Amino acid sequence: MKKILIIGATSAIARELAKRFAGRGDKLFLLGRDEGKLQIIHADLQIRGAAKVVYAAADLANTEKHAGLLQQVYKTLGEPDVVLLAYGTLGEQAQGEQDYTMAQQEFQTNFLSPVSWLTLLANDFARRGSGSIVVLSSVAGDRGRQSNYIYGAAKGGLSIFTQGLRNRLYHSGVHVLTVKPGFTDTPMTADMKKNFLFVSPAKVARDIEQALEKRQTILYTPWFWRFIMLVIKLIPEWLFIKLKL
Amino acid sequence: MLAYQSWNRYPSVRQKADILHWATDVLPDIQQGETLLPYGLGRSYGDVCLNQGGRILDTQNLNHFLHFDRAKGILRCESGVTLAQILSLIIPVGWFLPVTPGTQFITLGGAVANDVHGKNHHCAGNFGHHIRQFELLRSDGSVYLCSPQQNPEWFRATVGGLGLTGLIRWVEFQLIPINNPLIEVETVKFANIDEFFSLSKASAFDYSVAWLDGMAKGKSLGRGLFMQGNHAAPQWNHGYCMKNTRKLSIPIDFPGFTLNKLSIKLFNTLYYHKQIKKVSTGLAHYLPFFYPLDGVENWNRIYGAKGFFQYQCVLPYDNPAVIKEMLKTIANSGQASFLGVMKVFGDIQSLGLLSFPRKGFTLALDFRNHGEKTLRLLEALDVMVSANGGVVYPAKDTRMSAQHFQQFYPNWEDMLKFIDPHFSSGFWRRVTK
Ligand SMILES: Cc1cc2nc3c(=O)[nH]c(=O)nc-3n(C[C@H](O)[C@H](O)[C@H](O)COP(=O)(O)OP(=O)(O)OC[C@H]3O[C@@H](n4cnc5c(N)ncnc54)[C@H](O)[C@@H]3O)c2cc1C
Ligand SMILES: NC(=O)c1ccc[n+]([C@@H]2O[C@H](COP(=O)([O-])OP(=O)(O)OC[C@H]3O[C@@H](n4cnc5c(N)ncnc54)[C@H](OP(=O)(O)O)[C@@H]3O)[C@@H](O)[C@H]2O)c1
Repeated sequence: MKKILIIGATSAIARELAKRFAGRGDKLFLLGRDEGKLQIIHADLQIRGAAKVVYAAADLANTEKHAGLLQQVYKTLGEPDVVLLAYGTLGEQAQGEQDYTMAQQEFQTNFLSPVSWLTLLANDFARRGSGSIVVLSSVAGDRGRQSNYIYGAAKGGLSIFTQGLRNRLYHSGVHVLTVKPGFTDTPMTADMKKNFLFVSPAKVARDIEQALEKRQTILYTPWFWRFIMLVIKLIPEWLFIKLKL
Repeated sequence: MLAYQSWNRYPSVRQKADILHWATDVLPDIQQGETLLPYGLGRSYGDVCLNQGGRILDTQNLNHFLHFDRAKGILRCESGVTLAQILSLIIPVGWFLPVTPGTQFITLGGAVANDVHGKNHHCAGNFGHHIRQFELLRSDGSVYLCSPQQNPEWFRATVGGLGLTGLIRWVEFQLIPINNPLIEVETVKFANIDEFFSLSKASAFDYSVAWLDGMAKGKSLGRGLFMQGNHAAPQWNHGYCMKNTRKLSIPIDFPGFTLNKLSIKLFNTLYYHKQIKKVSTGLAHYLPFFYPLDGVENWNRIYGAKGFFQYQCVLPYDNPAVIKEMLKTIANSGQASFLGVMKVFGDIQSLGLLSFPRKGFTLALDFRNHGEKTLRLLEALDVMVSANGGVVYPAKDTRMSAQHFQQFYPNWEDMLKFIDPHFSSGFWRRVTK
């Protein structure tokens, strides 16, 4: 039985993963901002077999609250074996191009506030010398594209941050997994036109659970995104700038 | 990627879809003249789950369990939870569904909206009989808590209400206790329809259903296999292991000729002679017993891209001559049915205004889509059914006439005042023309 902290527990991907943890009989602490949704997930996970489920609601991008929330987690759950950092927003790129405050908010949610969580958690995990930190980044962070470089830059920063963190924590026995999902059919992509590349959040969750068990470092999910992104990264910049991606 | 069809893949329609992500979501805004219709898993064989030119509400993500009283066997779930998901939760702790149709891949919302029945109708009635309460969301934002006691008129309109009264957000219902996942099964071969009736009358099992050889004519008209079972006794609890059968899948559309008369004859003969003895008994896992077709994924594609029809009717039990006449018409038409299922329903009054089940003999058959020819045959069957006091099942219909529907379901006009002004379906527009 593991103790698991989910930061952004209302995310569709996180919920599917939480169902798997609950089915194994784990103990869960859920953080999210919407109390009503947290209540629904709380009941569901308890019924599915979780040994314990606790939740707290707060704006997770507000870094001032982070230390206090973690204290609350440690008090009711104990120190977690696994942390999943899942929340994020996919803002309107066009709007961010016109309005810095919107871009700033995207960076706050998708990069800066995760850095705050990871800074606190890294030190606690390092002290204990065990456990796994799982961070949901994105394939969008692998190369800047005109259609979503604000989100992409935040996720790219997050990928590099977790990469460095992994390198640092490796020496104290802590596992850091960077997850790079491709198109996933969740509320985040509700307005996007769906094509054959879209997969269910349940599929992504299965892949993450497996990667967690195998202590993998970087997970592209589904697997073919590793090759798609490889090709995208290989396109020379003089050609790439001409493309409408 | 997101093609919303009915299980028989006919008619093929265009409609927009809104995916609901949370039971707390408000219903999407619609444009003037547009309508909404909830959609579960599209396991209906027809247009009760289709809304051509309008929008459908995909409920699959409303899949949270809300409350489970393990001591009393009372479960409350969001309406997009599937029977398969429920079974994997409840079976290990000694509970089973009170009523289940022949597939576990339907949603709770679909089970309520079609007031589905199963092999235990003669003992347990429909799914609706086991509902304690549910919540209904209307397009104007109002919410009704419905039970046989509270808002009973909304309860009656929504159970078997074909998704027209609003969105069912969650359902609470009563489970039944079991000792293990096994069924003690007895299978009896019968040579004709009279034997079927005597077997039905004599049967003392909780579950019973018969497989019909839809091709057999003359003296063997109505021959088949009678399958009956009970949940197994506790003595079988031990030494049992979950069978993990690999799924056989039909990934592509079969070319039409695989379902010609010959191949069906062959299939039927094999099935019929599978067991040589007159009576055989044994233990079966609940999956193959209740859900034999779920073992073949996408079996509906076997009928090719033109889709197929299913026809299910119920006729008063006391008139075997009519039933024989119907079977004869089907056998003689040469439009062989791949699958035929027969059962005798019990005397339990259905709760919904438009519920299908009622005392009598029910017959369900598949027909390959041969266009006009098939439509004429099915219309002829409707005429026989209506002349003899029977009704046809809306969940399995794509073609019955408005006149027949209104005759089968005289309550349809009472239904009108409960229909959400922003909800509609292809079926409803067709049968109320
Ligand atoms: C192999 C097979 C065997 C079957 N055996 C049986 C059987 O033995 N007995 C039987 O009765 N039926 C049987 N059926 C039919 C099936 O059980 C019903 O058609 C069932 O309603 C399908 O449920 P669904 O979730 O797929 O709903 P859909 O087919 O998607 O929708 C069915 C109806 O429910 C409404 N609906 C769905 N969700 C909601 C909601 N949340 N709120 C309000 N309305 C909603 C829809 O608008 C529609 O009118 C069988 C079907 C198959 C494929
Ligand atoms: N879907 C994809 O295609 C895709 C692809 C690559 C990567 N990802 C990443 O995967 C992660 C999970 O996303 P998802 O696909 O599961 O989408 P999702 O279901 O929309 O989840 C995003 C969640 O983040 C929460 N959130 C946003 N800002 C928050 C804040 N300030 N405080 C608290 N919670 C906040 C949202 O909460 P509310 O419910 O309260 O709004 C929402 O539950 C995200 O980091 C996303 O960037 C997704």
